[in-house]
Amino acid sequence: MSEPRTLLQIDHVSKNFGRVTAVDGISLDIRENEFFALLGPSGCGKTTLLRMLAGFETPNDGRILLDGRDIARTPPNKRPVNLMFQSYALFPHMSVRANVSYGLEMERLPAAEIRERVDAILATTELVPFADRKPEQLSGGQKQRVALARALVKRPRLLLLDEPLGALDKKLRGAMQLELKRLQHEVGITFVIVTHDQEESLVMADRMAVLKDGKLLQCDTPHAVYEYPADRFVADFIGVMNFVPGKATADGVLAANGARIAGKLPATLSPGATAVASVRPERIRLFPKAQTANRISGTVEALAYQGLDLQLHVRTPLSPKPFLVRVTADAADRRPVSAGDTIELGWDAADVRIFKD
Amino acid sequence: MLPKREATSMAERSPATRRALWLVLSLVFAFLYIPIAVLVALSFNEGGLPTAWSGFSLKWYVSLTGNSEILSAALNTLIVALISTAIATLLGTLLAIGIEMRRQYGKGLEALIFAPMIIPDIVLAIALLSFFSMLNLTMGLHTIILAHVVFNLAFVCSVVRARLKSFDWSIVEASADLGASALTTFRRVTLPVILPAVIAGALLAFTLSVDEFIIAFFTAGAGRASTTLPMQIYAMIRFGITPEINALATIVMAVSITALTLSQRFNRGIIGQ
Repeated sequence: MSEPRTLLQIDHVSKNFGRVTAVDGISLDIRENEFFALLGPSGCGKTTLLRMLAGFETPNDGRILLDGRDIARTPPNKRPVNLMFQSYALFPHMSVRANVSYGLEMERLPAAEIRERVDAILATTELVPFADRKPEQLSGGQKQRVALARALVKRPRLLLLDEPLGALDKKLRGAMQLELKRLQHEVGITFVIVTHDQEESLVMADRMAVLKDGKLLQCDTPHAVYEYPADRFVADFIGVMNFVPGKATADGVLAANGARIAGKLPATLSPGATAVASVRPERIRLFPKAQTANRISGTVEALAYQGLDLQLHVRTPLSPKPFLVRVTADAADRRPVSAGDTIELGWDAADVRIFKD
Repeated sequence: MLPKREATSMAERSPATRRALWLVLSLVFAFLYIPIAVLVALSFNEGGLPTAWSGFSLKWYVSLTGNSEILSAALNTLIVALISTAIATLLGTLLAIGIEMRRQYGKGLEALIFAPMIIPDIVLAIALLSFFSMLNLTMGLHTIILAHVVFNLAFVCSVVRARLKSFDWSIVEASADLGASALTTFRRVTLPVILPAVIAGALLAFTLSVDEFIIAFFTAGAGRASTTLPMQIYAMIRFGITPEINALATIVMAVSITALTLSQRFNRGIIGQ
């Protein structure tokens, strides 16, 4: 596969409101036709960054290049970029059809073309039966689809989505995640989504950027971010992680209780530094083989049955918090475990990630 | 099952207490509405005497139409009310939008805008009179219109602002995002959504203007040309209350009540949204 073209270049962009720095020198490239996620806790600057892409905020510093042209100071109505608002922001006095055709009317397209394009997008988003309804007569999921149709019908170079699934219940959210993916593929438009839900970005994004305090921590594929987090914050924020605090050694981390966790030390850490070793719950095995690099025994404190798998809370001397271990239901059936049991946990050195603490 | 609270408290009251409460309520309403009812009734009284009912008649209303002074005063009132309402509605709506969009400029600005609603009419009347004289303006209908704009603007602004409190500003951004200019956004999105409040504010302003006496009296200047209806009634009443005045007052009241009812209808429509 050839390297995809860069569509949007965010170049050392900063934004402050008074003394508060919301976005602090972020640089990012977003590629043509990709599904890109901006992820971070609330207040990390992701929404401000999105609003700068839409044109509702102007950066204090830096450039925003769309197809190589700086649009940082272009007003929102003059950019080939559309935003799907978190609140959906549907026009309450207009029907679904009027909401969707509004943006095309602004382009002064011929009525016949507007009609054709609106019909097509209403069909794609399965809104045809609701075309004459007012927003107040729609369910949350339907409103969300109208907001999406209204933005997509403009065929923007870039579609921005601000927490698009935040207002939906969990089940609908799962369905809409896949639906958004499908739509993005179908319309061939670059999507940039803002979310605080790490699971959502793992499921939907081709690449994702993790932000904290206005700074970019990591930008990569979901797989890379999950498997090779850039720092402790990212490791903790994305998915679930077990941490063992201690001191860095040449071949791992020396835990407070004297146990050694084997793992590869990153180049940025030198032996003796305060460090934390970490391992994902699904990488831990019960009843490990004797040659497994890292082994520890602990007491099962609690079990949480989750259908597909079983989550164990295991108290060990390695860390103040109990270890979280995920075992497939299948494995749990073969060798049942119950609360109070003493069991041995094991994981490979290759599954250990070590960070500065 | 728990008994309803209202039911309990009603039961606790003795029948005598309840009867007494009803009596007080009736007296209050009687005090409020008997004078108005009498006025309306007398306007239809054939004989025209306040002391005796001599049969139903519309003759006083008919005789109003022959009174050129009253007709010209009514026309003046209509001109003042319509023009001052139009100006106040336009400016008051824009002001309300401006304040709500830039709410961070604080309460000081708000107080300044609502002062005309709170300052006693007589003070406002004197202030406007001195101001117009200072500017060497010839008094007339135009000065009454300007004066009415001053307080009507505050009322329109407050009605529209109440609506804007629940206004979703993201639809304004959405409109810009979809390619609309600021003017198009106002015309196609903002105005249609707040229109019920704008109409309610306009009807309120119209009502206030129609029966406003003190400020009009001070800013009308000399001469009969700029006499409004309330001023005309005041002039007539110095020679005693005639049945014609009753008829005129009834009409003014009907217009006011109609406008106010409509205004509230529109406002309720907003709350329902």
